[in-house]
Formats: sequence, structure tokens, C-alpha cells
Amino acid sequence: MLEIEHLSVTVHGKPILDDLSLSVKAGEVAAIMGPNGSGKSTLSYVIAGKPHYVVTSGRVLLEGEDLLALDPTERALKGVFLAFQYPIEIPGVATMTFLKTALNAGRRARGESDLTTPEFMRRVREASQLLKIDLEMLRRPLNVGFSGGEKKRLEILQMALIQPRMAVLDETDSGLDIDALRIVAEGVNRLREPTRGFLVITHYQRLLEHIRPDVVHVMARGRIVASGGPELALELERKGYREFEEEAA
Amino acid sequence: MAAVQETVERVRAIDVDAYKYGFVSPIESEVAAKGLNEDIVAFISRKKGEPGWLLDWRLEAYRRWLTMEEPRWARVEYPPIDFQAIHYYAAPKTSPGPRSLDEVDPELLRTYAKLGIPLVEQEILAGVDKPRVAVDAVFDSVSVATTFKAELAKAGVIFCSFSEAVQRHSDLVRRYLGTVVPPTDNFYATLNSAVFSDGSFVYVPPGVRCPMELSTYFRINERNTGQFERTLIIADKGAYVSYLEGCTAPRRDENQLHAAVVELVAFEDAEIKYSTVQNWYPGDSKGRGGVYNFVTKRGDCRGARSKISWTQVETGSAITWKYPSCILRGEASRGEFYSIAISNGHQQVDSGTKMIHLGRNTTSRIISKGVSAGKSQNTYRGQVSVHRLATGARNFTNCDSLLIGRECGAHTVPYIEAKNASAVIEHEATTSKVSEEQLFYCLQRGLSAEEATALIVNGFVRDVLQQLPMEFAVEAQKLIAISLEGSVG
Repeated sequence: MLEIEHLSVTVHGKPILDDLSLSVKAGEVAAIMGPNGSGKSTLSYVIAGKPHYVVTSGRVLLEGEDLLALDPTERALKGVFLAFQYPIEIPGVATMTFLKTALNAGRRARGESDLTTPEFMRRVREASQLLKIDLEMLRRPLNVGFSGGEKKRLEILQMALIQPRMAVLDETDSGLDIDALRIVAEGVNRLREPTRGFLVITHYQRLLEHIRPDVVHVMARGRIVASGGPELALELERKGYREFEEEAA
Repeated sequence: MAAVQETVERVRAIDVDAYKYGFVSPIESEVAAKGLNEDIVAFISRKKGEPGWLLDWRLEAYRRWLTMEEPRWARVEYPPIDFQAIHYYAAPKTSPGPRSLDEVDPELLRTYAKLGIPLVEQEILAGVDKPRVAVDAVFDSVSVATTFKAELAKAGVIFCSFSEAVQRHSDLVRRYLGTVVPPTDNFYATLNSAVFSDGSFVYVPPGVRCPMELSTYFRINERNTGQFERTLIIADKGAYVSYLEGCTAPRRDENQLHAAVVELVAFEDAEIKYSTVQNWYPGDSKGRGGVYNFVTKRGDCRGARSKISWTQVETGSAITWKYPSCILRGEASRGEFYSIAISNGHQQVDSGTKMIHLGRNTTSRIISKGVSAGKSQNTYRGQVSVHRLATGARNFTNCDSLLIGRECGAHTVPYIEAKNASAVIEHEATTSKVSEEQLFYCLQRGLSAEEATALIVNGFVRDVLQQLPMEFAVEAQKLIAISLEGSVG
């Protein structure tokens, strides 16, 4: 589903990703683990098309289509979803308004009509309940004054509503207590489907106890240095990153 | 919610250089010769069949004007205006003074329909859900129709064109005209006093709450025509009125001059809410054409506990020079100013307010939201002045500027003076940019750059939009998005 081939990326002239290759199959949950500064977030931004990340070589394909040739909106409409590590605040814009605008943008791109308000509310209510999100929170401006946990749950809520084909979760577990972590993980697990791919970026093995990955990749110094099954995460937790970093050096 | 959705739809539907109201209506007009002299002033006065005192008043203003100089302190740049190259009077030929809608030129009704302004009472009366708004339509120099007059009269409210008020309520006009903005006030107000054409007149008697929103739509149609309307609103003791004005003009390569004067008088316990949605033609993407909007608006809180609030959404005009003000004379009177000023392309905005605290325990509140895009310059200029006797005066000011892109500018120029030690004046100001992070977040959710900008800007101005009468807030929201067309690369 997602093919990343020999990807090298610089930011403000500084190389961050170095000849990175990776693939995520449909129906698969792939985890990327790695120490701080290994380029995990950069990878997620490059997939989503954030400005100022310069691809110096390589390709990123979604179901055979060259993502790098598309702007961020087009990528989103093709089914790429990024759950942000640090979700952005937009003062004055009610979260509910934002959700509806985003949802309808996708529907229009598919040639569907806008959701009616009752139908929209029904979907929001259902998805919110599962994520234990209070509807009152959705009347507040987007992410403004939200706690870390609220922000992360809102990312998952958006994912549940938008139903992307390829979801990239960037350190969704950071800043979550164990209860919130469980809720978020359940939210992700419910969306697992044979046609959907997940790339779960995390620093800790903890999240992977709740979202069982099919594949684990270890990233260090801008490249994948090891790949394996779920047991690789455990090994990593035992040994630490150093050994892998040395391999990459 | 629906409004935002509509906003983005409208944005999508429009291309960069399109100004929706830019059409010209093929209406035969009677136009005064170009230029300004005492004969022209007399001509205007005669056309309107004015009493002698008003002609004298005009002539005095004209003579005064000859001695005055154009103000140059605002942060706006434009070539010198040739005041002799302008027509000071233009009127659709079928006028003067239609008595009912049946007498109005159908072409005019079509023009207003095109502008989205209903001048047909039945239509509005038929729709149960639709808000009822009484409309006075001013086309170039004359008022062409005022709706719902009969119903308003039942409540004792006078709402008519200024010209009609001069004929039928001469005593009221004479008592209040020029008492808030004296004919000597400033260059443009004085010019207006000499040549003002038409506008609206409102009088709400003591204790009456005006039963509906009042609204005036101003339209400049003729080429090389200045529009100099004059509006006078009086709310007697304990009265309440909410008034809204909207403005549009055709696209023209040359600049059009608009110099209006608005005077508000609020007596004891009276309240006037004055809202403006200003969308004069802003000029094209190269900065050619557009309306010069030099306007003097002032409210006088004459009575105790009176209240005047100005709400404005300014998206049009090549140049805006405008400072709706409140003179807080009555004890515990209150002035409010809520403003959204959006500039794009080559627009220049120098706008703000003056709150003059004269009475004890007077309060004022200023919320200004400036949004600059393109190559535009947007200045907030505000004065808060607390006089010696204004014990217990309070002001709160909040000025926020939002920048879109790198070529525009936002400026905040507050003047604050307090001559009474008990005054409490608070001033907050922020300047921010539509951040790349915010845009990217929205794009990642499938919004286009235009949709994202409209959403972020609407969020930014939300506090002020909420001050507008409901039925106009939606319109204003759309307007904001449209005026930001092409501001994101």
C-alpha cells in the first residue's frame, strides 16, 4: 500500500533521512521505533507533504501513485492521514465546525454530497462515545486549552470520522496516562481493516502492548536499521537503542 | 457551522479578480455638471426643494471648506484628488421621491435584487421565517425606496430618506443636524455638509423599541460621481434601534469618492446599535480603481445611561479613512466599537475609533480585528480620552492584527489620554500570522488553502462577528472569505 523507496530528505540543508526504504501492506500495522532525533517525525511529515522538507532522492508511493507529486490537500484526499504529535490550535474555530468542514471536504472530493447536520451529529456522537470524548469539548475552539490527552483523543476522533486509507500516527502515546493510552489504542484497533494501513511511530514499547503491530522497524540516524515481528519491540525495550544506533553509524 | 461551509463554497466559486457587485446598471440619470462652486451647492439644494436655512447651512459649509486642507496624517497614499472633476449630484431620472414601490423604476428594483437586497415588502412579509428588515435604498445621490414605512409609523418610528425628512420633519432635522458632527469638523465632513445628497433619517420616540432592524443600502452607479450621504439617527429617552448599512459600487478603472457623515444622538437610557457592512469596490489586483472612503461617523451619548455601539465589517474600498466615535457625555453612558477590517490586494485601511469620556462613570469597549493580506496596509488608529470631570471612567481596548503572507503590513496607533486620575484604561494588542503550522494542519485534513485561510480568519474575527445582527453575520462571513480570495499562494 505505502512504498517508501530510498528516501533522502534534508531540512534547511541538514540531512535528516538517509536512503530510507520501508513498505506498509494493506491491512498491516507497521511500527517504527527509534530514539529522539532519528528522523521519525520527519518521515511522517514528508509522507503528509509538510513544506520545507526537501526530498533529495527517492520515492513515496501510495498504491502505486507518486505522493511526492501531490500537494498536502491532495494527499489527504487520497487517504493519507497524519495524527499529529503536537496538534495545532486554531482560536475561534469551534472543533465541531472544523470536523464538519474536514469531513465534507473529503466527501466532495469523492463526489458525494455534504452530510446533513443530523447525520454528522450522529457520527460524531458515536465516535466520541467510544473515545470517551465529551461533546462539550467539541464546542470549544480547536485544540485551544485542551489537555495533552484531549488533543490526542481528538486526533483519533478525526481519524475515525475521516476513515483514511493510510494512517500515520506520530507519537500518539506521548503525554498520555495509561487510561487514555488504552482508550486511544482501542480507537485505533477498531479501525484496523484489511484495506487500511497503519504506520505507528513511537518511542516506547508501551503503546505496542495495546496496538499489536504486524511488523516493527527500528529507525536510527535517518534509516531503518532493523525490521522484525512484534518481538523486536521487546528486544529493543530490553537492550535499548544504543546497539542499533551504533550499527547505523 | 453552515455559514463556514457556505463561505468556503463561495470562495471556491469565485475567481481572484471578480468583484461580485461590479456591474453597472443601465439607468438614465440626471447628473449635475462636474465641479464644485456655490451654484452647484444651490443646484443640489434646489433639486431637493430645501428650505432657505438649509441652503445657507450648506453654503456656509462650502465657504468654510474652501479654507480647509485635506488631512494627510493617515497612513494612506493616493494621488491628489481633483475636486473639480467630480459630479456632485446624480439621480435616476424617474425620481424624485417615489411614493410607493410601484413607482420605482423596475431596472432599479432589478439592480437591488441583483445585490441581494429585497425591496419588495410582500415577498418578505410572505416568508414567515425570514427576518423582517426595513430597507432604505440609496442610489447615487437619492433614496429610491424605503420599505415598511407604514408599519414603522404605527410604532411612531420615523424612517425615511434624508430628503424626505427635510420636507416632512424639518424641525427635527434642523434641531439635530450638525450637532454631533459640526459642519466645521474636518475637510471631508465639511465637504459633505456642503453637498450631501441623500441618506437615511431615523427618529425613535421616547420609550419605543424599534420593532425591526432598519437598513440602508448605498450604491454608487454613475461614473465620476461622488457619493456624499448623510445619515441622522435620533433615539429619544429609553428608545432602542438597530440600524445596518451596506455599500457596493461598480468596478471602474478610475477612483470614486465617497465622503459620508453619520450622526447619532442617544438620549437618557436610549440605545443605538449601528452596524456597517462596507464592500465598496476595492480596485483590481493591480491597484487600479476603487472607492476612496473618507467617512466621519460619530455618536453622541447625550443622556445618562445611554449606549451607542458601532460594529463594522470593512472589506471594500481602495482607501478607508474612518473612525466611528462616541462622545460619552451622559453619566454612566457607554460606547462600544467592534471592528473587522480586512485588506487585500493594494487596499489601504486607516481606521479605528475615538472614545471621548466626558461624563462620570462612562465606559467604553473597543475590539478591533485587522486582517491584512496581499500588498495591503492596515492601520488601527484609536483614541481614548478621559476628561477632567469623567470620574470613574473605564475603557478596555483589544486590538488584534492577523497577517497573511509577507508583503502586507499591520500597524496599531493608539492615543490614550487621561486627565482624571480615577480612569482605568486597558489596552491589549497582538499581531500574529496565519501560521504555516495551522495551514498545514488544515490541509492535512483535506481542506484547500482557501478553505483553510477562510476558516482561520473567521475564527480570528469571531468575537466581532457575534456582535452583528444574526441575519447579517452570515453575509459578513461570506464577504470576509471572498475578500481574501487569492491571498494564499
